[in-house]
Amino acid sequence: MSAPVVTRPPAGEAASPTVPAVRRGRVRRASRRRLVVLTLAVLVAAGFVVSLMFGQTTYPFDDVVRVVFGERVPGASFTVGRLRLPRAVLAVVAGFSFGLAGVTFQTMLRNPLASPDVIGISSGASAAAAIAIVTLSLGETAVSVLAIAAGLGVALLVYGLAFKDGVVGTRLILIGIGIAAMLDSVIQYVMSQAAEWDFQEAMRWLTGSLNGTTWEQVLPAAVALAVLSPVLLTQSRNLSALQLGEDTAAALGVRVERTRITVIVAAVGLIAFATSACGPIAFVAFLSGPIAARIVGPGTSLLVPAGLVGSLLVLVADFTGQYALGTRFPVGVVTGVLGAPYLVYLIIRTNRAGGSL
Amino acid sequence: MPDAAVVRRPARVRTLWLLVAVAVLAAVMIASVAFGSRSVAWSDVWAALGGADGTLEQAAAAKRIPRTVLAVLVGGALGLAGAVMQGVTRNPLADPGVLGVNMGASLAVVVAVAFFGLTSATGYIWTAMLGAAVSAVFVHTVGSLGRGGATPLKLALAGAATSAAFASLVTAVILPRNDVTGSFKLWQIGGVGGASFDRIGQVLPFLAVGFVICLLSARALNSLALGDELAAGLGERVAVVRATAALGSVILCGASTAIAGPIGFVGLVVPHACRLLIGVDHRWLLPFSALLGGSLLTAADVIGRVVARPAEVDVGIVTALIGAPFFIYIVRRQKVRAL
Repeated sequence: MSAPVVTRPPAGEAASPTVPAVRRGRVRRASRRRLVVLTLAVLVAAGFVVSLMFGQTTYPFDDVVRVVFGERVPGASFTVGRLRLPRAVLAVVAGFSFGLAGVTFQTMLRNPLASPDVIGISSGASAAAAIAIVTLSLGETAVSVLAIAAGLGVALLVYGLAFKDGVVGTRLILIGIGIAAMLDSVIQYVMSQAAEWDFQEAMRWLTGSLNGTTWEQVLPAAVALAVLSPVLLTQSRNLSALQLGEDTAAALGVRVERTRITVIVAAVGLIAFATSACGPIAFVAFLSGPIAARIVGPGTSLLVPAGLVGSLLVLVADFTGQYALGTRFPVGVVTGVLGAPYLVYLIIRTNRAGGSL
Repeated sequence: MPDAAVVRRPARVRTLWLLVAVAVLAAVMIASVAFGSRSVAWSDVWAALGGADGTLEQAAAAKRIPRTVLAVLVGGALGLAGAVMQGVTRNPLADPGVLGVNMGASLAVVVAVAFFGLTSATGYIWTAMLGAAVSAVFVHTVGSLGRGGATPLKLALAGAATSAAFASLVTAVILPRNDVTGSFKLWQIGGVGGASFDRIGQVLPFLAVGFVICLLSARALNSLALGDELAAGLGERVAVVRATAALGSVILCGASTAIAGPIGFVGLVVPHACRLLIGVDHRWLLPFSALLGGSLLTAADVIGRVVARPAEVDVGIVTALIGAPFFIYIVRRQKVRAL
């Protein structure tokens, strides 16, 4: 879909030997990317079907298919149609949203640590959603609006506070971590204000959970994904230009400020809608990008692969947390245990390499 | 240290601030006994302080006395531990919470309780100290890898990441044990609600040892502040001094986490505030940090009890709300090598 930005050589140089080499490399990378995207999509579909079929009771494949297409099947209609289907759909939608938004931030800020769940944007959306739902008992639309406003506000705040003769990665990340610490204690405060300290509900807003998902929660997140992901995908070429630095991007004809604002609003929107449905599923936004980069290889856009990796992560983590561990863990705890050591590993690797992060 | 301009305040100024600090501590202690989810008349507060617990009001106030003592002790320990850590690492962002030491202690306790059936209070404390020590060493190792050694921002980042990792492990261990999540909540957020003089008595010897070690290292920390070479030239055995002082602060962190859970940011805010008031001389800074830490945590506990009546907000939540903006302020002041 998007190729790396390579300046077109003057016509006279077309015969030079580097051009076919560049073209061959480009074709090779593009075909590898297509293969990866296809494989990931198949895996997501498989995970989706598996999480519909298996559980406390197992339903055969054709029962599941009939339920999905709206037929009434005794027993399966309730378990699969009302319990498992919205849950699995939300897993795919939220995972894709987190993965896509995460890799967008990581690409734009050129730092794998600068994902929305590390720098406090997810916590902001989550705190707003928790306040709106638990304290103010607002409806779906108002919750989403508040979550987006809070997410954008936090993004702006972190960026503003980190700005001092330009924005430096480490400072932005540490400030984000500080803001996230505050917002998490706001969430804990809201939960302690609620009539009874409800541990499960608190877990949802702190680490993310798909427990008790209903279609009313799925719908706004799905609509947001349908509207906002095309916006991000059309910006993917500009985004890879921005990765080369602002000046280079501007020289290549990218409207830097407009791209940046569009991208931030769309990515924060994705995070906010998904978060108001299931909480900030820990580290999915942070993990998806680097995993996708490892599989796809350099030089191509990571947006779609990262989204698919996110979906797959949430599906697998939710299934594991529900059935594989003896007790039922919310999905965010599973992804948190997976993601946190990777965060430490990433810091060790960067420090070793002598970078300043 | 960043405030090197203010090396020492005149003795008169420092004595004055010391008196103020003692007065503040006394005031917040009285407030902590007087205010809570149940309103109690002043006469009953005085009666409870005198040992009476005949009426409901007097009993309520009497129950707040051990809680107040615990808040003062834990706050003092954390303030002092933070000041020592900042001295040892010469890092203005050092704090038992930021560096992941408290969360490491928490994780050790939770794992020991869940998988090894640990029940004795002394066992909690030893386990917590082991966890604190291991995570302190780990974070320092990670933070000092690569170019430039343990710069403040690298160390803080390593600590924050480690802290996040430990926190999700703590959640994962706690969650399936639904029957005990209530009592485990302490090791996830941090609070002083369940205090009793029995429990304070068990942790007191450890705190006392930690206080003594830390306070005795004041002079050596003054030398360390001049840089390792100069300190060695002044006759300090740098490695020994550093290890001893770090041990003292790890004992304090482990013991306070064992009894009150991971409480962040007290050890960060307090020493900085103290440096502004009385300068950078550790012989004054350390005891002053302990005093002010006790006041801060007690005040945070009172705020947590008053704002959400009749519910209570755990003190760890309040300190995060107060401390995180301060953390951001210090991060902003740091010079960072550009990317």
